[in-house]
Amino acid sequence: MELASAQVIGAGLAAIGVGAAAAGVGNVFGSFLQGALRNPAAAGGQTGTLYIGFAAAELLGLMAFAVAMIILYAT
Amino acid sequence: MAEAGKINPMSQFEITPIGADQLAATPFQFTNSALWMLIVLVTIIIFMWGGTRRQLVPGRWQAAVEMLTGFVDNITRENIGKQGRKYLPWVFTAFIFILVSNWMGAMPFAVVPGAHPFTVTSQFTVTGVMSIISFAIVLGVGFWTHGLKFFSLFVPHGTPLPLKVLIAPIEFISFLVRPFSLGLRPFIAMFAGHVLLDVFGNFVVQGFSAGGAAGYGVGLLAFVFVIFVNALELLVGAIQAFVFALLTALYINDAVNLH
Repeated sequence: MELASAQVIGAGLAAIGVGAAAAGVGNVFGSFLQGALRNPAAAGGQTGTLYIGFAAAELLGLMAFAVAMIILYAT
Repeated sequence: MAEAGKINPMSQFEITPIGADQLAATPFQFTNSALWMLIVLVTIIIFMWGGTRRQLVPGRWQAAVEMLTGFVDNITRENIGKQGRKYLPWVFTAFIFILVSNWMGAMPFAVVPGAHPFTVTSQFTVTGVMSIISFAIVLGVGFWTHGLKFFSLFVPHGTPLPLKVLIAPIEFISFLVRPFSLGLRPFIAMFAGHVLLDVFGNFVVQGFSAGGAAGYGVGLLAFVFVIFVNALELLVGAIQAFVFALLTALYINDAVNLH
């Protein structure tokens, strides 16, 4: 297999991680909404925690993107 | 690789010198990154200056500035506590710099021929240095106020001894990764968003220039998509600035209060 085609396939495989992070971020916000609708009074104080969870889940997807870019543009 | 569709999404991140190339003589060179950093700085100064004229009845402008400062003040107060006020200057500086440069990069200045907006935060050197400053503050405050007791940060209070052996290295590694992940987050978010915008913007141009029903269809679809991605980009820019400020406040809280 040529190096260029192997790079494109590898970058595509690495991009799967972005989809996994999408599921993670969706889970964070979905769970927050579930809890917030049951107890709306307590929801306002938890937005900080929400965004910490969001940041932790999103970081892994961003790293998957970085890996994909590194593989794609490696010489 | 990318030659297939003649799309090169990386060209927008290139740093080009402005004016004479002085790199041979001095290590200093005025680049488009420096230019856009100055533009961001001037924007922030005008915005803050216009809103801090201490009118008795705040106008719209002053209300906007007060809302923004109050928002960041809230972050430090909720996460650090009463001592948080001391760290407000850095947290606010980081917040507003990331916010304004993220939004500056998403503005359609390119309609003016020759002008090309450069997102300052799409370079890891910029966000990386900002996260290094954040961690210099964390380490400095931690060792200044607690001395060597600062190392108890790595051992959560009340852990049984067998677990301590296991948890301390994990906490240590997690602490070491923090500055890296803190700087990586705003950089990659901007980088990925602009690559996406560039690729779909090229679809619009190529679809319309190809013509035909299929060409116009694809171009129109991509155009609508670009509008929504641009709106998303504004949201992501604000969220990343907020997350950077929030995490900086959290890490400083670790150093101030231990746990």
